[in-house]
Amino acid sequence: MFQHINNNRNFIVSLFFAGMVISPVMVILLSGFQAEIEIWTHLKQYVLPDLVKNTAILIIGVMFTTAVLGISLAWLTSFYDFLGRSIFHRILLLPLAIPAYVMAFIYTGLLDFSGPVQTFIRSTIPSIAPYFPQIRSAWGVIAVISLSIFPYVYLMASSGFRSMGKSMIETSQSLHAGRLYTLFRVTIPMARPWIFGGLILVFMETLADFGAVSVFNYDTFTTGVYKAWYGFFSIRAASQLASILVVIVLAIFIAESYFKKKQQFYTNGHQAVVRIKMNRTRSFFAFGFCAAIFGLSFVVPVFQLLIWTIASFTVEINAHYVTLLKNTIVLGVMGTVFTMGVAIILAYSNRSMGDIKTGIVSKLCLSGYALPGTVLAVGMMGVIAWLDKTLIEMIGIFGGYPISGILKGTLWLLPVCYMIRFLTAGYTPVFSNMTRLTSSMDEAARIMKVTGFKLLTKIHLPLLRRGIITGSILVLVEIMKEMPVTLMLRPFGWDTLAVKIFELTSEGEWERAALPAITLVLAGMIPIISLTFLGRNKKQNVITG
Amino acid sequence: MSLQVNNICKKLGKNVIAADTISFKIKDGELGALIGPSGCGKTTLLRMIAGFEKPDAGDIAICGNEVVSVSHNIPPEKRMAGMVFQDYALFPHLTVHENITFGPEKSTKSEIEKLISTTGLSGSEKKYPHELSGGQQQRVALARALAPKPGLLLMDEPFSNLDIALREALSEEVRLILKEYGTTGLLVTHNQHEAFAMADQIGVMQDGRLLQWDTADNLYYKPASYDVASFVGEGAFIKGDIDESGVITSQIGQFSSEHVNGFDSSLPVTIFLRPEDVRIDSDSEYKARLIKSHFRGPGRYHTFELPSGDQFVCLDKCPKRRELNKEYGISICNQKVRIFQYHPCPDRFLQGICCQVIR
Repeated sequence: MFQHINNNRNFIVSLFFAGMVISPVMVILLSGFQAEIEIWTHLKQYVLPDLVKNTAILIIGVMFTTAVLGISLAWLTSFYDFLGRSIFHRILLLPLAIPAYVMAFIYTGLLDFSGPVQTFIRSTIPSIAPYFPQIRSAWGVIAVISLSIFPYVYLMASSGFRSMGKSMIETSQSLHAGRLYTLFRVTIPMARPWIFGGLILVFMETLADFGAVSVFNYDTFTTGVYKAWYGFFSIRAASQLASILVVIVLAIFIAESYFKKKQQFYTNGHQAVVRIKMNRTRSFFAFGFCAAIFGLSFVVPVFQLLIWTIASFTVEINAHYVTLLKNTIVLGVMGTVFTMGVAIILAYSNRSMGDIKTGIVSKLCLSGYALPGTVLAVGMMGVIAWLDKTLIEMIGIFGGYPISGILKGTLWLLPVCYMIRFLTAGYTPVFSNMTRLTSSMDEAARIMKVTGFKLLTKIHLPLLRRGIITGSILVLVEIMKEMPVTLMLRPFGWDTLAVKIFELTSEGEWERAALPAITLVLAGMIPIISLTFLGRNKKQNVITG
Repeated sequence: MSLQVNNICKKLGKNVIAADTISFKIKDGELGALIGPSGCGKTTLLRMIAGFEKPDAGDIAICGNEVVSVSHNIPPEKRMAGMVFQDYALFPHLTVHENITFGPEKSTKSEIEKLISTTGLSGSEKKYPHELSGGQQQRVALARALAPKPGLLLMDEPFSNLDIALREALSEEVRLILKEYGTTGLLVTHNQHEAFAMADQIGVMQDGRLLQWDTADNLYYKPASYDVASFVGEGAFIKGDIDESGVITSQIGQFSSEHVNGFDSSLPVTIFLRPEDVRIDSDSEYKARLIKSHFRGPGRYHTFELPSGDQFVCLDKCPKRRELNKEYGISICNQKVRIFQYHPCPDRFLQGICCQVIR
């Protein structure tokens, strides 16, 4: 069926989605070019220096911390056998289930002046209380964001170490290289494309983070954009700040594709590494290190959330919570259906692995994940303003009444934004299944007289089903956790769990934010658990030569 | 005739000629093979027969029914042809049995059972493709293609993913299975030994042209052209000259032929020698220097160099070691050899003729 679809038509459809994805970026870049001197001077004088400094400190700090945590944990769990390794190997991904803004408010609530820890110190050893570090500081933000996203580096470094196979390490040893020498001359350099890939993800996430830094009142570009737009009601100033972000994102996006390309050259051997068994003391220290990181990044926050949830449960579990949950799920499902639709169409149009132009267009379609939510929202506002103006003019031509805004403030904007932001998450699993659906399979089915709709139901759907389900879960959970875009573009009064958390935490109501937060954490655990613990389907359906 | 291919032409893109007026036939129950270096157009030709590509000109008939011509083009699913793909294209979500019975035409239970046992798949019916070895997957692909009882079975490099030992064993087995089912087949391969082992008729392709369509013996002993001679089997080309009377002289011997009309005495000719055509003969007036020698199963392979710099290989049945860099007498042990003449326009060698060895 699909092979009959004209290739050209496929291309035009992808081009349409690519246009949709980059239109907000275009609007923002255009506004950057048409900078008004007045706004620009004001920004340059009063706003920019602090934003640049804060953002730079934050990104450098988070990248350094996540690199140290991620690489060391990946190295331990990939090459050594110690107490609890096989469990840590998996559960170290769980912190990803806690959104950074949730992690932020938990630790603020826990370590703030009025929090339980400081209160306890003041009452027991008052002499050291003044030396307690201030959580609402650059260090605090760096630590909290790092704890919530270090698994990216851990995951990438692990797969880098694993893809290397044992032959490289054995070769190094056969050349009389010691263990540390091998680590720094072979293991880490060979895993570099993966490690850098993970660090770039960290860079993007940190740059895009809005929720965590708002909790800490730590001003970065994203909060700058939000405040310019919300506080000063100046979409111009917001766009101009956003245009700087877009330029940074473009640069980092290009760097990322470079490292992705490099990964394929570094894959070597399929024989798994033989892990070295540690002696008791070392095993104990390795266990302690992993347990400490896991405790700080998952156990403590979840425990704290549970305490707050229990304390506030009877008050908070009410009709309002149900509405929030319903709103979140309705938006999530709408966004997921739209995103997965686009992902499947795009996967089919890329299936034939065509020419350069198809490659560029699909790359554009999938570039939205690099865009910080605040930037996307501001850009979308620009696109919508333009579309509304055009529509109103057209209605005017036909003698209709000019009304203020047709698309602005409607619910339909959000699924489009979610698609732009999370298309990659939905597309990747579908496309990886699509590679198993070789063109010779279509031909084999065809020569056996199975074509059209039957081909779709007997061959395509069974082979793509897993990818579509995985993609849908990932996208749904990402949308549920999404905050800045929903916050800035939602129709009036249409609150979701994430938006409610933002509102409550900006007023310091940690306890009341716990129930929505734990709902999101539970949702976030679904994809992580199903992907890491349940492993792959038994019918793996992978044919190896 | 199970397959008739007439004057097929096909261009890929602007400059690549995949098929240049190709014609051949395969009789009922016979096996044909197309061999040639990669990129010579053999797979494209096979896919045109299957119906996945359309020729620019020419027509094809399967089992007497015209399937493609200028005026009409029957889709692959209606062509009575089966196909074994290079990557097998097994459906990974279906078991072996489900793969084999995939098509809408239902064979009887006993037919399927017989097919499964003939292809050596008994006991694996419930397994999934990824649980099978490469050779087993190959068998499934074959059984699946045979299940609808196709009038013509097309095989695209069916053994290229297997290791050498398995490849040889399986290619002979597949031939027996196809003969048992009386299926007409066409195989595409870049491995000539595979083609020799399986096919009754073999076509040698190069740059979209079918150079020769013949039996394996004829391809080996009577190559129609220089290109066929150099592609099929091992051999060497020795420079020579031809005079007006048709006598050819070279550093390895003198030859004559009655069929020299068309040969131009002003242009050089080349003498084609198989390793088994030459022997070491201390009485011979023709000398060559031994530059390389290695053991090869029965006997040794000696590489000699003539004063002109031409090299050739001699298969010496006697396993005795010979001294390197020494001159040996050489003579031709066959009555006849093939001669080709070089033509500067269109820069290729003329068709070969058979020549009598004089001395």
